[in-house]
Amino acid sequence: MKAFAYTRADDVDGAIAALAASPGGMFLGGGTNLVDLMKLGVASPGLLVDVSRLPLTEIEETPDGGLRIGAGVRNSDLAAHPAVRARYPALSQAVLAGASGQIRNTATTGGNLLQRTRCLYFQDVGKPCNKRVPGSGCPAREGVHRDLAVLGHSAQCVATHPSDMAVALAALDAVVELRGPGGERTVPLCDFHRLPGDEPERDTVVEPAELVLAVRLPAPPAGRSAYRKARDRSSYAFALASVAAALDVRAGRVADVRLAFGGLAHKPWRARVAEGTLRGAPATEESFAEAAEAELAAAEPLRDNAFKVRLARNLAVRVLAGLAAPGEEETGS
Amino acid sequence: MAAPQTTSPVTLHVNGVAHRRELDHRTTVLDALREHLGLTGAKKGCDHAQCGACTVLVDGRRANSCLLLAVAHDGAEITTVEGLADGDDLHPLQAAFLEHDGFQCGYCTPGQICSAVGMIAEAGEGAPSHVTPLAAGPPGVPVPLSPDEIRERMSGNLCRCGAYVNIVAAIGDVTR
Repeated sequence: MKAFAYTRADDVDGAIAALAASPGGMFLGGGTNLVDLMKLGVASPGLLVDVSRLPLTEIEETPDGGLRIGAGVRNSDLAAHPAVRARYPALSQAVLAGASGQIRNTATTGGNLLQRTRCLYFQDVGKPCNKRVPGSGCPAREGVHRDLAVLGHSAQCVATHPSDMAVALAALDAVVELRGPGGERTVPLCDFHRLPGDEPERDTVVEPAELVLAVRLPAPPAGRSAYRKARDRSSYAFALASVAAALDVRAGRVADVRLAFGGLAHKPWRARVAEGTLRGAPATEESFAEAAEAELAAAEPLRDNAFKVRLARNLAVRVLAGLAAPGEEETGS
Repeated sequence: MAAPQTTSPVTLHVNGVAHRRELDHRTTVLDALREHLGLTGAKKGCDHAQCGACTVLVDGRRANSCLLLAVAHDGAEITTVEGLADGDDLHPLQAAFLEHDGFQCGYCTPGQICSAVGMIAEAGEGAPSHVTPLAAGPPGVPVPLSPDEIRERMSGNLCRCGAYVNIVAAIGDVTR
């Protein structure tokens, strides 16, 4: 690891100013991804601006019936919060489906959004990677890519975004609050992460020295919500595919639906095609399957990950069918 | 221009004793404990938070000390496996690991035990897990630690000897 300077910010504006004055620096939150990447040599900031003690650790009710989640709220506190569990169960389930108890105690809401892909080539500085070294190539395309993207990838990059939390936030129409040297702005979660295109080094739309202040959730969607994840082992593994959904059924028909996929793309994949197909349709497994297939028709699987398309379809059908038939006891699985 | 400062004075309160050291910013809490304070209970397994052998309690909550920068934890209260026993009286989890033979080589054991201490407190505060039924609650009511709950909540601690069956039994014994 390269030696670096360190400063602890006293307030948000001080943190932003410190980073704006030091191009090569980075914010430090929980550090569960950044410190790991520094050990691997993937990240080598000259300065860390510690934002972990800033007063961004509250979960507050908002006037519109939603919640404002401070960027410094730890993942475990987010998942356990009574209002999150009661009104946004998909979010609590998604957070609990990720990482381990130790990591969730340390990792923050803002850092979870900003974590980098776990693509093997990105994490190995001995290999080319267009995300790490633009223009160096993408060995994943022909190499180990079983857990990489099937939707929205480019010739430059087939990485996936690893977050579970962000998939639930995408389905729940969350909005990210940012503040930078030029002031504050808000970005819908669905527009916060990018597709790789020909700039795979940019994961998000965050500008230099911009700090995530909070994630805002609007009032919960009507009906029920859930998150379900498929992975290679039953705990402590990244998603092969995952689904966050909210469903409101009235008189046997879909009154409203929100659907997002994880593990399939460079960003949480909000399934607007499927949602459009489902609104007004009968709330049956046939409709759910037809909608998921309509969304996944855009998939372009690589040599070894075509199984993800079927997996994602089946997960979507199971989650939506479970939401349409209340009564069965739900857990985070 | 002066070269940037890459060390800082750091105070860590470990098992009730304050230690102040000038540390390189790259020093993790794990390296501070092992290399600077002589406390080798917390182990360096993978050094990437994948194995849990470095688990300690930081301000009462379990964390992977290999990913915590010491400088960012200036002033923190840290409990390691060395701080659990009361003199010669073992912590109930330490006694239960012995009773149930919850290890073979023992390398993961300090992390397993510190993790279990933190995990039992989390469940006691009503924190849900991936396998907790949504209907559980209300919030704040302790979550009963079934074997499934123990396995899920301890999944961040690997044991390459495969002593999991006895680890789950030891933890279960303490929580009954």
